[in-house]
Amino acid sequence: MSPETGASRLAAIGVAVELESGNIPLLLHELRHALEALLADGKTHVVDLRAIPLAPGEEDRLLQALGEGELVAEFDAQGRSEIRECRYPGIWRVTHWNTAGELSGRYLEVTFAPTLLASQPQEVRAGLDRLSELLRHGASGSPEPRINGNG
Amino acid sequence: MDFINKTVGESLAARGVSRRGFMKFCATTASLMALPPSLVPVIAEALEKAKRPSVIWLPFQECTGCTESLTRSNAPTLESLIFDTISLDYHETLQAASGFGAEEARSTAMQANWGNYLLAVDGSIPLANPAYSCIGGVSNLDLLRKVAQGAKAIVAIGTCASFGGLPQANPNPTGAVGVRDIIKDKPIINISGCPPLPTAITGVLAQFLVFGELPELDSLGRPKAFFGQTIHDRCYRRPFYERGQFAESFDDEGAKKGWCLFKLGCKGPTTYNACATVKWNMGASFPIEAGHGCIGCSEPRFWDAGGLYEPLSTTSWGGWKSLGVAAAAGAAVGAVAAVAARGKTRDSGQEKQP
Repeated sequence: MSPETGASRLAAIGVAVELESGNIPLLLHELRHALEALLADGKTHVVDLRAIPLAPGEEDRLLQALGEGELVAEFDAQGRSEIRECRYPGIWRVTHWNTAGELSGRYLEVTFAPTLLASQPQEVRAGLDRLSELLRHGASGSPEPRINGNG
Repeated sequence: MDFINKTVGESLAARGVSRRGFMKFCATTASLMALPPSLVPVIAEALEKAKRPSVIWLPFQECTGCTESLTRSNAPTLESLIFDTISLDYHETLQAASGFGAEEARSTAMQANWGNYLLAVDGSIPLANPAYSCIGGVSNLDLLRKVAQGAKAIVAIGTCASFGGLPQANPNPTGAVGVRDIIKDKPIINISGCPPLPTAITGVLAQFLVFGELPELDSLGRPKAFFGQTIHDRCYRRPFYERGQFAESFDDEGAKKGWCLFKLGCKGPTTYNACATVKWNMGASFPIEAGHGCIGCSEPRFWDAGGLYEPLSTTSWGGWKSLGVAAAAGAAVGAVAAVAARGKTRDSGQEKQP
């Protein structure tokens, strides 16, 4: 039973889920404080949702409360990952799945831009080397680049 | 054969894992180790340089549930754990080799990594008669002592290896004990549970990998990151306990409303584990969330700790009927003792008479 459908599936068999751990308001206040710190001195903050005891359905309610912003990014590195800005800019929902499609991490990041959105310096260097090599030898392997198709 | 010639970073890069993928791996590893996300850069730096440790896994009197738990570990996946971060050089259930070939693989790994390999053990060890559990004609007791000699540390996986577990339940016909009752000269980490949380297993391995040292342990040798709090401490039903709202039966209104399961035998208040936050089945749920009380499976002798459905407050005595029987028995014993004492006094008096 996935966390996203647990409460609704229980309701379908007549089980009323009326559980509140009381952690949602606390988390929202934590995020508010983190936004203030981000604006004040650029300090970032991460909440690992897997480490917070939440009652069935509470994670859904928390994510609904945070909503969705205008930017969503996906990448595939050892499984799919999604980075989605919430309706409150600066709060990002980062979700990781592994190669088997299983949820492996869910975080709330308070930052101007999540680290994983940015290109990694080591890979930028490696990419620069590959591009330089391409320009030196061209696609056909000849010494002169045939970028514009002339000569 | 050199099993630890590549660092974790080199191993991942060789498999085509991008930097972004590596950082994602580090983030999930931080979660495994119950470390704050702010330490991800520290973990990344450590993993890049860490050598892949050799791990030798020995199964003794076990049901294979602990291996099943490990194979369900989803963060990182078992595949990445085996191929990227550790060198699982011997595991009878997972390895392809068998017979003499498997034994040779184990010996080779031991020789190549003597003093540096991690020894993982699941299952208890029978002491009543070592023949109760043997592998290739070698008793578990002898094999444990032999392989432990070259281990840097021992990870006792599951309640059986940690404390004796189910085989140790009364009357303990095999004389089952945990690793710590036999090995006294090596660091031992107990990852108890029946089975243990898969993330606890991989988290400890990750801790060893990243920091090259054992995690902080509690009084029973369990990593505090996963066993530092009770189920009760982190249970989402705690507010109901505080308000005195208890389910009285498994099908009453309280049960349907998800109230506290203390009166239905939940052992959460006396059980140290991380099930309430880490949960099971990819974080889907855990026993209490599914409507059944905690049975205390990560604690020593939990099988003999009273009925699974008896509240903790009555576990010692087993309820009012047992109290009455105990009282009657005590009175009977006292009466017999009194008669015997009076008899001795009379006899001694007669002997003294001239």
